[in-house]
Amino acid sequence: MESIHWIQLSLFVGLLLLLTHPFGWYLHRVLETKAKTIFSPVVGGCEKLLFKVLGPGAEKEQSWKQYGISLAFFSLAGMLLTYFILRLQHILPLNPQNLAAVDPALAFNTAASFATNTNWQSYAGESTLSYFSQMVGLTFHNFVSAAAGIAVAAALVRGVVRKSALTIGNFWNDLIRVTLHLLLPLSFLLALIFMSQGVIQNFQADTAVTCLETKAGQARSQSIPQGPVASQEAIKMLGTNGGGFFNANSAHPYENPTPLSNFFQLLAILLIPSALTRYLGLMAGNKKHGWAVWSAMAVLFLASLLVCWRAESLGNKRLPTAGVSRTGNMEGKEVRFGVFNSALFATVTTAASCGAVNSMHDSFTPLGGLMPLLNIQLGEVVFGGVGSGLYGMLVFVILAVFIAGLMVGRTPEYLGKKIESADIKLCAFYILISAILILGPAAWAAVSRWGTAGIGNDGPHGLSEILYAFSSAAGNNGSAFAGYTAISTMANIVLGLAMLAGRFMLIVPVLALAGNLAGKKAIPAGSGSFPVHGLTFIALLIGTILIVGLLTFFPPLSLGPVVEHFIMTGSGKLF
Amino acid sequence: MKTWTSELMRAVRAVILLAVLLCGIYPLAVWGIGQLLFPDKANGSLLKQGEKTVGSVLIAQPFTAPEYFHPRPSAVDYSCSRVSSGGSNLGPLSRSLSNQVAKQSTRYRQENGLPASFMIPGDALTASASGLDPHISPADAAAQAARVARARGMNRKQVLRMVQRQLEGRQLGLFGEPRINVLRLNLALDGHE
Repeated sequence: MESIHWIQLSLFVGLLLLLTHPFGWYLHRVLETKAKTIFSPVVGGCEKLLFKVLGPGAEKEQSWKQYGISLAFFSLAGMLLTYFILRLQHILPLNPQNLAAVDPALAFNTAASFATNTNWQSYAGESTLSYFSQMVGLTFHNFVSAAAGIAVAAALVRGVVRKSALTIGNFWNDLIRVTLHLLLPLSFLLALIFMSQGVIQNFQADTAVTCLETKAGQARSQSIPQGPVASQEAIKMLGTNGGGFFNANSAHPYENPTPLSNFFQLLAILLIPSALTRYLGLMAGNKKHGWAVWSAMAVLFLASLLVCWRAESLGNKRLPTAGVSRTGNMEGKEVRFGVFNSALFATVTTAASCGAVNSMHDSFTPLGGLMPLLNIQLGEVVFGGVGSGLYGMLVFVILAVFIAGLMVGRTPEYLGKKIESADIKLCAFYILISAILILGPAAWAAVSRWGTAGIGNDGPHGLSEILYAFSSAAGNNGSAFAGYTAISTMANIVLGLAMLAGRFMLIVPVLALAGNLAGKKAIPAGSGSFPVHGLTFIALLIGTILIVGLLTFFPPLSLGPVVEHFIMTGSGKLF
Repeated sequence: MKTWTSELMRAVRAVILLAVLLCGIYPLAVWGIGQLLFPDKANGSLLKQGEKTVGSVLIAQPFTAPEYFHPRPSAVDYSCSRVSSGGSNLGPLSRSLSNQVAKQSTRYRQENGLPASFMIPGDALTASASGLDPHISPADAAAQAARVARARGMNRKQVLRMVQRQLEGRQLGLFGEPRINVLRLNLALDGHE
């Protein structure tokens, strides 16, 4: 924990804070107006064409049910596209390595994984998927699942701020505007930055290399996989997707070659989730509220990072320490990133629902690995996924406001809307469902043959692996304790279903909440209204998130990473 | 029912159009600009000697001979015909991890003639995340310098000077960690700069 790392951290958080302001404004312009943007000269033509082909139904205001149906149909069509591309990749173009068709369970898992913005890697990119599968089957969802997430968040915010309204926007309009004016141009710029650092973008077959060192007079060769990586890498980060082109994801030098590319990847993950808090402030006409939500996120983020960073810096006590200099835990980490940038990346990727990794979380120390897992289990509301972070956070905001209302004995209200029984039921449903979807399948896997067959490490770490896999799937994160190999048909299907449920069973109550709030009359704020900014609100919000998360997940965590920590510090036991 | 069908058809049209734009035009545009502006990097940062490709700056190569600097241990075999990627994914209390580290530290000490009191840098004993880590830490390089010098009949100071010349500091003086590219250093030792 040297001073240079503190400087890197301040620069990262400072820059994120600085960008939140203009990008929040830009998001508001893209989502709430039909106005031209600086990218209109480039994408304006596509925009006109899309609206023309989709017809007037792509611009009319929709009720929450219509909005949900459009989203469901679009996701279904996209998922089928990916499924069939994977199944047919052997006869499709751009397959220079002649990779075979993907098997049905794995194709289902991968299609579900990308359609839900999870990007869990059950596949090993370079040895399973053709360039066409990567570029069309996967990149498509990287864009549109991100845009759909932002659309749902915007729908919820509209529901909060509209008065006596029947509609919450139009899904197609939100999808197109976000994709064309935000995700596509930013991805393009980011792809250029990545290529300038060494990320590859080509369509060649493997490169044959004659190694420098010969063995017993024989020349040795190396065959290096290539591919269109940069275009996919950019949206993988910006859309908090996280599915890597290569098995090693952002640890692979072709995906993330330099510390600078790493910095831009980190920034790209949190940029939109952070800017959405500003969008919330602008929509609510209460900018302080947006900043208060941002601050609560930042506090939780920094707390989580410091624990992870500290644990990784202290290193693995169980390794033979005699004569090994204490450079922190470097197992599963890259030299160019070191301990700090690995811990930062792990925190960022799990605070958001990104799931890209530049180090192997499975080899983290017990407490270092606990923090990414906990970030996912808290609901990925610490900045969170694009869109899903904000709508998840707003559920907690409404819960916090409700608790505050109970404490002072007044009808709770949020931004001029009375919070009533139906709203709280939907919030409770959201929170319960996300917990059940993690703990239910994880418990099932822990006691069944198909679930335990994939365990890569014995002892409490095996339970942590299962817990992480199902938290990541249902939480739509996609990172893994990758020693756990979910290669069986059963594991692929259960994880795939968990991802689908974790996405769409949460979007339904969110849209219902949006519709319900939109229909309410606004009441003027009185002297008894609980202010949704300032320290009291921030503390209450953080408290609500922690109490809900820890009460739900402390028991299983104590059997996994927590007990593992005490075994590491208190005994010589190995597994 | 009719509205559902029309909504489904709208979804299909949207998928097709967006796929053409996001999965066709966009990656091809990135490819075109990449080949124009950064052709070396977009094609894998390959190092050539005449017609022969001798490696990629970004992908570690197998080195075991004493006259070359060695890369970090790897969980994947980067000398095999097709390079895959990944870490060991061994947990902190894994017996295999503990054994591997113990074995590697004994070998490292023997190869480099280091006394038991010498503190081996951690990155020299652990497998990287990608399995292809092209770098080693400056401390690791310094510890290997004497062996390389002996095998090449060079002076240790000379080798250390070459190591120093290959040292990549923090990017922009700020980001990441100081490191040394093993392939570049070995090429320099062989007289190819």
